[in-house]
Amino acid sequence: MKQISRWFQRNLIRVYAVFAFTYLFIPVAYTFAFSFNDSGKSNLVWKGFTLSNWQNPCGAPEVCTALGNSIKIGFLATLFSTILGTMIAFALGRHKFKGRSTTNLLIFLPMATPEIVLGASLLSLFLVFQINPGFWPTVIAHVLFCMSFVVVTVKARIASLDPRLEQAAMDLYANERETFRRVTLPLVAPGIAAAALLAFSLSFDDFIITNFNSGTMTTFPKFVYTSAARGIPAQANVIGSAMFFLALAIVIIGQFVGRKRKVS
Amino acid sequence: MKKISTPYLLLIPGMGFLFTFFLLPLINLAQTSTQTPVGGGDTGQYEQTLRFANYIDAFVENKEQFGRSFLYATIATILALAIAYPLAYAIAFKGGKYKNIMLVLVVAPFFTSFLLRTIAWKQILGEEGFVVPTLRTFGIISESTTLTSSAFAVVAGMTYNFLPFMTLPLYASIDRIDPRTLEASGDLYANGFTTFRKVTLPLSMPGVVAGTLLTFIPAAGDYVNAAILGSPQTKMLGNVIESRYFKIVDYPTAAVLSFTLMAAILILVTVYVRKAGTEELV
Repeated sequence: MKQISRWFQRNLIRVYAVFAFTYLFIPVAYTFAFSFNDSGKSNLVWKGFTLSNWQNPCGAPEVCTALGNSIKIGFLATLFSTILGTMIAFALGRHKFKGRSTTNLLIFLPMATPEIVLGASLLSLFLVFQINPGFWPTVIAHVLFCMSFVVVTVKARIASLDPRLEQAAMDLYANERETFRRVTLPLVAPGIAAAALLAFSLSFDDFIITNFNSGTMTTFPKFVYTSAARGIPAQANVIGSAMFFLALAIVIIGQFVGRKRKVS
Repeated sequence: MKKISTPYLLLIPGMGFLFTFFLLPLINLAQTSTQTPVGGGDTGQYEQTLRFANYIDAFVENKEQFGRSFLYATIATILALAIAYPLAYAIAFKGGKYKNIMLVLVVAPFFTSFLLRTIAWKQILGEEGFVVPTLRTFGIISESTTLTSSAFAVVAGMTYNFLPFMTLPLYASIDRIDPRTLEASGDLYANGFTTFRKVTLPLSMPGVVAGTLLTFIPAAGDYVNAAILGSPQTKMLGNVIESRYFKIVDYPTAAVLSFTLMAAILILVTVYVRKAGTEELV
């Protein structure tokens, strides 16, 4: 008895972590389980096991159009926000210049603005210029809120670099451009990759800003939200679960590659 | 000459983008907020009359939703902090070689759309789920009590959804604590609680500040949790802004509310960051 209580005391925090992770994953497990539900129209009650949802993920009307739009928007938003954000991060992390604190503030502000304000204000701007909400306005909106996160992530990576590595390159007669290309950039690359992954997941999962600026175009989160009233088709669960496993695989492979590189 | 211009060359595209699609819209929003309907015009047509009383009207009309937004967001932030701190602590100090995998697991639920997860909660806690009947069988809740469509569900949903935003910055700053400082504190006869209060907590303050901000700000502007898990009695400011935009086409009121929300959050954030004493964050 004493031993048990001692073990418990020593491992209390580990037991707690298990509970916390369970809490985090309950809805994920639920979503996954109900992707196998032989549900018909509304996926509310368990009616029996079937693989047909997984065999035919585009079976529900519009679900794959919405997914396609989300992926396209995600890629474009990731591309633009990573390029723009990385440039700003290098300016902030590697250079001293006038207006630095203003720049920092301007980067921080979009993160401190609730999404609904970003979305609403952007929509009113588009309306003033008589631009119809739709695909490109949504991409612009996504670049806007992803960019600050990219800047913060890449800047942190740049700040953690050992400046002696770059000095060593210079000592070995590399000029500025070569040092950047062969030393600085490869060292910052994992930070840029992490930022891009973050940007894509923020964009892919965004609903509020998208809802304001996408007009009649559907995205995956928008599809889920609008079909919630009449019951979400099980195909949405299939796509949600597939994205989960795909992302998990990408991250784990990324870790593996990173570790291998460190060893060699 | 070249040395001076490099940072500006790097900054121009991104800053130009922020100016066009962040600052201009905000200025435009401020202009919209003082407009009034065109007399005899169609719905959705407004003209600039610099009517600042719009602010008072909108506030009086929606003070309940205002209060609710900040109350719910505050409770959700405190709950998330209480849940995430021990978790971040466990990952940082007990994670060992599984640290990275545990971090991935914190973020992993993100990839199943947050809407799907929120709706999953609705179904788990709803009438057809298994939780409510079980609790009723054991007499823990009465026959008429429901878990969804309540303030409880909205706050719980927000706590759940923003938990990773709280955990990651907490982890980042707890992980930086040198374990030897904790040992030193023990050597100086501090008990576990004193060590936590005097060493661990102060050293992890930057993470606490960043985490609470990253949770509070989106929570205060959120309307999805309230829309899915709540009832008409739990409407938040975000729900009002959304319906003013899309259902009533009342742009000035929506603009007033958006602007006030943003201003209130910025003031709170500034005061909070000053108080917490980590100004390098901003």
